[in-house]
Amino acid sequence: MAWRGFSHLAFGLTLLGAAGADAATEIGDAERGAAIWQECAGCHAIGPDAEHGIGPKLNGIFGRRAAGHDDFNYSKSLARAGRDGLVWTFETLDAYITNPRTFASGTRMSYPGLKDTGQRADLLAFLRDFSDKPRDIPEAEPTARRTVPELPPEVLAMKGDPEFGEYLASECQTCHRADGVDVGIPSITLWPEEDFVLAMHAYKQKLRPHPVMQMMAGRLTEEEIAALAAYFAAAE
Amino acid sequence: MILNRRGFLGTLAASGAVLAAPAVLGQTKPRVVVIGGGAGGATCARYIAKDSDGAIDVTLIEPAEIYYTCFFSNLYLGGFRDFESLGHTYDKLASDYGITLARDMAAGVDRDARTVTLAGGDTLSYDRLVIAPGIDFVDGSVPGWDLSKAEIMPHAYKAGPQTQLLKAQLEAMPEGGTFCMIAPPNPYRCPPGPYERVSMVAHHLKQNNPTAKILIVDPKEKFSKQGLFEEGWQKHYTGMVERIGPDFGGANVEVRPDTMEVVIDGEIEKVDVCNVIPGQKAGAIAATAGVTDDKGWAPVNPHSMATRADPMVYVLGDASAQGDMPKSGFSANSQAKVAAMSVRAELTGSKAFPAKYSNTCWSLIGTDDGVKVGASYEATDEKIASVDSFISQTGEDAELRKATYEESLGWYAGITADIFG
Repeated sequence: MAWRGFSHLAFGLTLLGAAGADAATEIGDAERGAAIWQECAGCHAIGPDAEHGIGPKLNGIFGRRAAGHDDFNYSKSLARAGRDGLVWTFETLDAYITNPRTFASGTRMSYPGLKDTGQRADLLAFLRDFSDKPRDIPEAEPTARRTVPELPPEVLAMKGDPEFGEYLASECQTCHRADGVDVGIPSITLWPEEDFVLAMHAYKQKLRPHPVMQMMAGRLTEEEIAALAAYFAAAE
Repeated sequence: MILNRRGFLGTLAASGAVLAAPAVLGQTKPRVVVIGGGAGGATCARYIAKDSDGAIDVTLIEPAEIYYTCFFSNLYLGGFRDFESLGHTYDKLASDYGITLARDMAAGVDRDARTVTLAGGDTLSYDRLVIAPGIDFVDGSVPGWDLSKAEIMPHAYKAGPQTQLLKAQLEAMPEGGTFCMIAPPNPYRCPPGPYERVSMVAHHLKQNNPTAKILIVDPKEKFSKQGLFEEGWQKHYTGMVERIGPDFGGANVEVRPDTMEVVIDGEIEKVDVCNVIPGQKAGAIAATAGVTDDKGWAPVNPHSMATRADPMVYVLGDASAQGDMPKSGFSANSQAKVAAMSVRAELTGSKAFPAKYSNTCWSLIGTDDGVKVGASYEATDEKIASVDSFISQTGEDAELRKATYEESLGWYAGITADIFG
């Protein structure tokens, strides 16, 4: 069951944070979220001393399978979702709190749902603070949302800019050796531009399977891929 | 929201960062001093020197002639690498990149005068200072232990003689003895590191002392790659590893080095080897420079790695408080490139691009059984934020695990070439 896919239409954070310099967007404002949390706190507890109440405690909710506490009596509906593989992420939690009964028709959570995208984001930012920290557990759920840059025409003129490519390439060269030595990790030095571009887009679209490369290529824009291709094609 | 590079550059310029360039153009070459020749400092020195083509004068302060990497040092404990393979010299940084090596300890920083004093008495002036000192240990973190006891109960969490000492103790363990690890509280260097170490110790014991036991005393409820490690311990080292978490008193521990005892929640355990990995803070020179917070780490601007306390001073790697990145050699290397770009942009007016960071940590569980965890990160104004992550899965086939291990060997060769030239 494609839980992660299902929720996409419900989750939008476009109205958050209008400030200019960010390369990633904070999930929301946790302080504002703390105020919204008061609507939840009648049934749920969170924090170091939290115990189950009418609803389960919500520490560590991010990254946990739905109905994941053995010592809480969940509705059949959520227990089934957990068995089917539902994991709580920003996307799935956002879909759930938008309208709990639409998401899981048999849920016992009587909350009618929170329609405002920004308020949901704030609430989720508050909840996120009580789950695993990526600093300590790197595989923990993300704490921010990647921003896809919208590039104005003059930046598009940077296409194939080798200086930009050289900076971006420093990230590749942590693993792919600049001197083209090819042991354990393939060489990408002197790779023809077109092949490079096709390969990066294949990783971006997850057509090529390697998870590190899917992640690295997944955040490169077309312009960045072009710059890298130009740099590596001519690298000494 | 809309992000574009022009906006990014504009913001930097408005804050004075880019516009600072002309201020130093009138003098002789701008000077950068880097304290610490590890994954962060050496990378940063090399990238500044390399990419500025000699326009910036770079000095690297590092007392050691050979740097032993903490990453992969567990593989030495397990017998998968020899000690010499962890060592790297700074020769190429001097010969190929023109970096001046100051073989000394940094003893003091005067941020008003923009000078660094060396233990030997020399004073170096800087236009930008990069501090990359790694970690030091928090006093009193494990009652009964301090650095003076490290010859009895090694930390082995800075690679070098301590690593060799732990290996010698491991080899000298009596048959059926107990190896104890006191695991550190968060945050600490290399989140999977203690547990990879347990795997490597178990690998050694299985071959040489198969009735020996490993006891982990852990103040944390959870740790990185926990499912993968526990699966691997069960598979390769059945019954050998026991972990006492905080539910069973793992956070309430005292050690008695003189009698080789560990007191866990009041219960005395006699052990044969005790690897104490204490709580950690930024290397001392960061505090001396006055750029650390009350938790002992140096808060930095996520866009550049410049400290919040002083934009002329950068802190990289383990010593920084930056947000979501784990403290690792890979992270330090990644942060160093962003800092190098920022330093060059400020001193020579070169282009500054939006910061991008990434990290991958490979761990070896047993022969040809490698796993990895990684994430990519971007800067918000508040922190370096995790935006995506992946982790090896439990139940992967042997071929994939072997390929992951081989990939880690390639990464080691790649990153050490990237750090040391």
